[in-house]
Amino acid sequence: MILDPLQQLGRAGLGFFERLGRGHLFLMYTLAGIPGLLLRPRLVIAQLFSVGVLTLLIILVSGVFVGMVLGLQGYNTLVDFGAEESLGVVVALSLVRELGPVVAALLFAGRAGSALTAEIGLMKATEQLSGMEMMAVDPMKRVVAPRFLAGFLSMPLLAAIFSAVGVYGGYFVGVGLLGVDDGAFWSQMQAKVDLHEDVFNGVIKSVVFGFVASWIAVFEGYDAVPTSEGVSRATTRTVVHTALAILGLDFVLTALMFGG
Amino acid sequence: MLTSRAVEIGVGLFVAAGLAALFMLAMQVSNLSANISSESYMVSAAFQNIGGLKVRSPVTVSGVRVGRVEAIDYDTSAYEAVVTLRIEDKYSSFPDDTSASIFTAGLLGEQYIALQPGGSEQNLKAGDRIHLTQSALVMEQIIGQFLYNMASKESK
Repeated sequence: MILDPLQQLGRAGLGFFERLGRGHLFLMYTLAGIPGLLLRPRLVIAQLFSVGVLTLLIILVSGVFVGMVLGLQGYNTLVDFGAEESLGVVVALSLVRELGPVVAALLFAGRAGSALTAEIGLMKATEQLSGMEMMAVDPMKRVVAPRFLAGFLSMPLLAAIFSAVGVYGGYFVGVGLLGVDDGAFWSQMQAKVDLHEDVFNGVIKSVVFGFVASWIAVFEGYDAVPTSEGVSRATTRTVVHTALAILGLDFVLTALMFGG
Repeated sequence: MLTSRAVEIGVGLFVAAGLAALFMLAMQVSNLSANISSESYMVSAAFQNIGGLKVRSPVTVSGVRVGRVEAIDYDTSAYEAVVTLRIEDKYSSFPDDTSASIFTAGLLGEQYIALQPGGSEQNLKAGDRIHLTQSALVMEQIIGQFLYNMASKESK
């Protein structure tokens, strides 16, 4: 009787490490399946459509509104110091360094990651994956690897689109509605935003987030308990774990890139 | 289900849009790429000190923006900064004794060039040099002069 809590603790710990190890082994198999995709690019293109193109709308709309809010809030703060010309810097730096990669990744997890998990989980629940194995088709190569690669490739593009659209949203509010000088908006932005320091580091962030978000999504789907409840749990876990991983990684990456 | 052709076109557009966004971030947001669409002409002006003036800073007359700073160079023979101004063609009739000063917008704002038209009959032409210039005020110099004046008064 007295051993029960201890046993549960041990089981939970073992379960955690088991999943951690399985996740990494799964990643190895997925990465090993990617070179084979060079011969069948159509598989990846179909997934790029469902993962990337269908996520585009939410990215565009959110990007515009995030940029507009940044423009409005930044203007209200900066105008007190007579420094509203710096609005372009505020909008561009916030978007390129942080909000672009992070918010795009969170939206990506909600829109594309959950769909990937549910799709693979349902394939498993309806035994399509076992059926493929019976036909000597490796589901890792046929199902998981193209989805992972498509997510990994889409994410940096989506983040870049988010940032670019957001800058124009901020431009619209700042220059169009609030009367900041057009040239000062761009010239201050161009003077302060560094191509290597800011833009490239933002792209590196989005590449890392794309890797992690796609990995979690396909793993949760593949590892789902093959019931309707299991698939729904796996989908929830995808969104929650991806959000946590992205926000945590963002801090680590920011500290590495801009901390020193 | 969409045809595979529509899927491929969609993916192609998506990738092109992503690359275009990256290009825009690189060129428009971070690098210097001056683009003034309307017709314009260039004049130059030499300053002892340009302070925090930047390429694409505004050029104004009576507070109206008439152009932008096109280039900033340093003349190693005269030991002066040479600023090239790009002024729109519709503001083409400035006298050739127009003076140029570097001012600051607001207390900590960005710096800009203000032109002050003179009384000459001749107009500035493309490629002309503005001779009457006033350098940017550098805060440290003003404070230094102020302290120096205070000290010299006290010693009397």
